[in-house]
Amino acid sequence: MSDAAALPLGQAESRDEVPAEYEERLLLAQRTDAEINEAVLKPMFRGGLGFWALVAGLGGVILWGLYSWGYLIQYGLGTTGKNRPVYWTLFITTFVFWIGISHAGTMISAVLRLLKADWRRPITRGAEAMTAFALMVAGLYPLIHLGRVWKFYWMIPYPNNRLMWPNFQSPLMWDLVAITTYLVSSSLYLYLAMIPDMAMARDHTTGWRHRLYRTLALGWRGTEAEWHKLLRALAIFSVAIIPIFLSVHSIVSWDFAVTIQPRWHSTIFAPYFVIGAVYSGLSALATILIIVRRGMRLQEFLRSEHFDSLGKLIMVAGMLWTYFWFAGFLVEWYGNEPIVRALIEEEISGSLAPFFYLQMGANLIPILLLAFRKVRTTPILLLGTTLLVNVGMYTERALIVIGSLQRNDLPFNWGTYRPTWVEISVVAMTFAAFALLYTLFSRIVPYVPVWEIKEGRLRYTLRRIGRLLVPTAAEIE
Amino acid sequence: MGRDVNTLTKTSGNGRRWAMVIDLDRCTGCQACLVACHAENNVPVAGETASAYGRWLHWVIIQRFWEGQYPNVKARFNPLMCQQCTEAPCEPVCPVFATYHNPEGLNAQIYNRCIGTRFCGNACPYKARTFNWFTPEFPEPLTEQLNPDVTVRSRGIMEKCTFCVQRIRRVELAAAAEGRSLHDGEVQPACVQTCPPGALIFGDLNDPDSRVSQLARSRRSFRLLAELGTDPAVVYLKGGETNV
Repeated sequence: MSDAAALPLGQAESRDEVPAEYEERLLLAQRTDAEINEAVLKPMFRGGLGFWALVAGLGGVILWGLYSWGYLIQYGLGTTGKNRPVYWTLFITTFVFWIGISHAGTMISAVLRLLKADWRRPITRGAEAMTAFALMVAGLYPLIHLGRVWKFYWMIPYPNNRLMWPNFQSPLMWDLVAITTYLVSSSLYLYLAMIPDMAMARDHTTGWRHRLYRTLALGWRGTEAEWHKLLRALAIFSVAIIPIFLSVHSIVSWDFAVTIQPRWHSTIFAPYFVIGAVYSGLSALATILIIVRRGMRLQEFLRSEHFDSLGKLIMVAGMLWTYFWFAGFLVEWYGNEPIVRALIEEEISGSLAPFFYLQMGANLIPILLLAFRKVRTTPILLLGTTLLVNVGMYTERALIVIGSLQRNDLPFNWGTYRPTWVEISVVAMTFAAFALLYTLFSRIVPYVPVWEIKEGRLRYTLRRIGRLLVPTAAEIE
Repeated sequence: MGRDVNTLTKTSGNGRRWAMVIDLDRCTGCQACLVACHAENNVPVAGETASAYGRWLHWVIIQRFWEGQYPNVKARFNPLMCQQCTEAPCEPVCPVFATYHNPEGLNAQIYNRCIGTRFCGNACPYKARTFNWFTPEFPEPLTEQLNPDVTVRSRGIMEKCTFCVQRIRRVELAAAAEGRSLHDGEVQPACVQTCPPGALIFGDLNDPDSRVSQLARSRRSFRLLAELGTDPAVVYLKGGETNV
């Protein structure tokens, strides 16, 4: 230690002494632990009229979607717009979309935790919850799109009197295994990181909430041994979950790439899908954070520094997506194979052109916009930009799934597709279900991981060097 | 080309490889094969609107391609059914083994195993598979002529041409009961039996003397999308010019 005097947070002689720019930083701002606890817990107990109206609205959409799904099961898949050759349509498109959304949680909480990026701290839980809920609604689609959903369990490997295993050569089986693994591991990861905050909430609540948190906290007391085990478990999870995260969207891409359908049969699909998932998922996370920040008044924790860093990460993911898209497109365009050419012509100047230009515009313009600090740090601008990204990414998936299937090797078999009310209602149901799960989650579980913020604050000390107050790493370790 | 076709012999449980030869020179596009197939295999009729939207259920269909501009127009007819590929792209993708390769090299479709993922339909480059979008309906009096040897499929499952496997089995059982081997041409799928100009020929490709083997060795023989390497058991004989 130099001759500078250490000045731990909270012990500065007065708040005036700390420069205003430090006050803007979450980990450096002058707050007591009690203030932080209060700021996290208070919005959870506030269920105003608006909140219940939102829950009712989402519930209504879900009920209508369930009716549509029942209608679909009752009368058959003919009630959707699917046909021959467009056997997969909006359901698989939305499935890929939700699996993509689920990737941001791991990106934020595991990758950034390993990289020790401090700006991840207030948003890890929101991101992990997004992963878990997106996977839950995505997991519905492999059921919804089945012709005979009442036989879905034939895909599950269990001892049966037919003495048959499922066919593990099928990418759908890989999907089943990968998604189940990802859902289980990301839920555990979400829960593990929640335990200290459950204990915090337990100590500050009464009534049913107290009983709930007492159960969920698993008797957490915060002893050194407990912290040691928790941090170790989290370290193991953050390393182990990354290969799972890469495998899931790769396998989803192989649902398409292993066939010899023109434009699907591509080796670049796996990394292209993974990076597209990160681009789309991070954008969705920014969208959700902005909405939750407004709805729960979490301006204290979700500051412009976080949106700034998240925006930069989205921009990088967007550039990578563009690179992978171009690498795939160039080779297919240059190869000029007749059916691929027919598909590309459809996209550039045919019936798919509006979707193609929507995809390119909605994916590329945000990259330019995010280069501006003002866009990254102004919530309303960032909200618009990230929503645009996901419009683009949804369109991209629709073009890949529905667009490509319309053309194949024998021109007599070419087809077209129109969605029906059943498909649109079921898709809307999953969006509403995701929003409802997330809304309820944010009122039951502390949305901001308090212990991670406190831990981060301990790592920093304002230290006086000469006349300057400088943030430096604390020496408690 | 003829030499290429004879590499088909690799799959054989009982030494047979059922195959069909389609002589495009003889096909007139009359669609009698399609009608016969509907009657034999209990294939429902989808109707005009559904068919226009690509939801027909025909197991065999005459694909018609127009060539040239009026008045110099040529129609080309290409009867297309499941090609019974040796390296079938539809087989590995099914999660529940509803489509699999039987010892005679046929792509068997097991209706009661199918859960309707339609992955096989996407994987098939010929799009020879059809899906039961609704519960099949057979208006009176069609219900009176359903074939008892063939399952009436339910909604939500895939189906396709089976080379009339029920007819193959019937002849095999009869021959076994009489203690003799099969004669060439004894097994006739419904389409082959019906084809008025005799454009469709069915038989065992592993028997070098059978008509299909001889025709498959013809200089005119080719297989559809042979470049994909699916190794189909349907062999086409190139047609001349058909002016309509």
